[in-house]
Amino acid sequence: MRKIFRRPRSLKSAPFRYCPGCGHGLLQRLIAECIDSMKLRGKTIGIAPVGCAVFAYNYFDFDMLEAAHGRPPAVATALKRTMPDKIIFSYQGDGDLAAIGTAEIIHAANRGENFSVFFVNNATYGMTGGQMAPTTLPGQRTTTTPEGRNISTSGYPLHVSELLSTIEGASFIQRVSIDSYENILIAKDAIKKAFRYQIEGKGFSFVEMLSPCPTAWRLSPKESLEWIRTDMVREYPPGIIKDKFMENN
Amino acid sequence: MAKVVAVTGNEACANALRQVNPDVCGVYPITPQTDMMQKYASYVSNGKVDTEIILVESEHSSMSACIGAAAAGGRVVTATSSQGLALMWEMLHIASGDRLPIIMPVVNRALSAPLNIHGDHSDAMGARDTGWVQLWSENAQDAYDNTIQAFRIGEHMDIRLPVMVCLDGFIISHSIERMEYLEDEEVKGFVGEYKNFLPLLDLDKPKSYGPLILPDLFHEYKKAQHEVMLKVKDVVLKVAADFEKLSGRKYGLFESYRLDDADIALVILNSAAGTTTDIVDGFRARGIKAGLLKPRLFRPFPYDEVAEALGKVKAVCVMDRSDSFGGYGPVFMEISSALYPLQERPVLINRIYGLGGRDYLPEHGEAVLNELDEIAKGGKVEKYKEYIGVRE
Repeated sequence: MRKIFRRPRSLKSAPFRYCPGCGHGLLQRLIAECIDSMKLRGKTIGIAPVGCAVFAYNYFDFDMLEAAHGRPPAVATALKRTMPDKIIFSYQGDGDLAAIGTAEIIHAANRGENFSVFFVNNATYGMTGGQMAPTTLPGQRTTTTPEGRNISTSGYPLHVSELLSTIEGASFIQRVSIDSYENILIAKDAIKKAFRYQIEGKGFSFVEMLSPCPTAWRLSPKESLEWIRTDMVREYPPGIIKDKFMENN
Repeated sequence: MAKVVAVTGNEACANALRQVNPDVCGVYPITPQTDMMQKYASYVSNGKVDTEIILVESEHSSMSACIGAAAAGGRVVTATSSQGLALMWEMLHIASGDRLPIIMPVVNRALSAPLNIHGDHSDAMGARDTGWVQLWSENAQDAYDNTIQAFRIGEHMDIRLPVMVCLDGFIISHSIERMEYLEDEEVKGFVGEYKNFLPLLDLDKPKSYGPLILPDLFHEYKKAQHEVMLKVKDVVLKVAADFEKLSGRKYGLFESYRLDDADIALVILNSAAGTTTDIVDGFRARGIKAGLLKPRLFRPFPYDEVAEALGKVKAVCVMDRSDSFGGYGPVFMEISSALYPLQERPVLINRIYGLGGRDYLPEHGEAVLNELDEIAKGGKVEKYKEYIGVRE
């Protein structure tokens, strides 16, 4: 019998233990599928963040390195410079990348480091139980903003992709959403492109992924996807935000 | 009137902070502290306090914000754990060097790597040289009472130092216990109005905090910091005496349990001390004179008083829930320093237990006390420092 579908070789057989409806399992599978199809598994090293995706190394079947909260871009810089022929990526949430590690991501982009960053934006701190993140939407209820995020005291949603796009060293920045099959395929293409740019030595590649967190959002998995479509994409419109090499997708 | 409640250690500390109603609170989540600050954020939202909370982007910024607010003349709090405390490290020195009485519950958790979210004392022990006063808490009641007393200690006009109140991650922070709350008015009355000391924007006396001080005066400045630490002990005792009048609960520099006539004793911090009292009772029932010393004030360390309490014991084991790799456990080093000036002193051994949340079980304490019993009878010390409860 011809096998037409199998678990990506880059994923272990362990079942994902993220919450029902969480985007991490899907995103990690997409990354694993891309690594398989691009035949990168033998030379890829991933960097896990602090946050729910701290468990990424339980699922990815290639080498992973755990960095301190927010420091993956600095660690990735060193890995890539030490082993320029290897494929290096960091996988970070909005607590890791957009809060505690803001300095690292800006300076890695500014240096035009040749690695890929997958930034999971779910507008909350998921692992600690749904506190306000810099990416939280105005008015969004979290456990530290029970009455909704008040921009006068807690600021505005941080648009990391747009911020990084102003940096000369950043080559490719795309925001994707995983709220539908169609958008999942776009996300997969963006992941592939990020890896391809790295292989071609084109410099810093960054994919922001709008991802559901039903547990912290207090929504069902289905409602969470709807909330991405109705609320999140308004604040964070998907699309190619910067492409120095002006490729058509 | 005391109110009996069933709450977690985190909620107890959050409630103590609510009753004090400080001016500013820096908030950044980290397991296992998170729900303490989360609870506090709900008090703010519900109008129970009028604290300005700042949801910052890291613990480094949280402590920086606290330093700014305290220098401005506010009563300031925050809370953290583990990596968060580690990230605050350079700011911790600035808070104490600037003599800013910031109050911070620290929910003790192991330090990375490997990554671990469970309780041990590596975080606060790593911060023991930062110039902060440290109070350690066995249970939710201790954590609540220590948090309230911390304001009086840190804000005392002779002291003006930041204070961390340490409690064990998960074991205390997340377990629900029976404990007693004081009335809001009692706490407010006990803590009193915040008194400013050299706040910014006093236009008659403009000033700078933390300026550049070179070799001509830096040494003297640090000596002054050392000398103020020497005054802390008396203030802690005075505050404890006042607190006893209010609550009926007695606190000292440390707690002794069946130590007066003890031949053998354990020194152990925080939650494990509760388990150890039961173990000690078991040995006493068998006619073996066992005792326990539970430190409370770890910085500054009460050397003379501890030497007095342990001096007559024949053999003592200091149990450390953290390690100074390549050295002894941090509590051991203090006990050892305390006992050294004595002419005759106990045989002292060090056992490391419970790292990264490994359970401390009665049989662990029993095995150590049995070993001490042999040593007290003239037995040989096999190893001065050893890890216990290690999986084979």
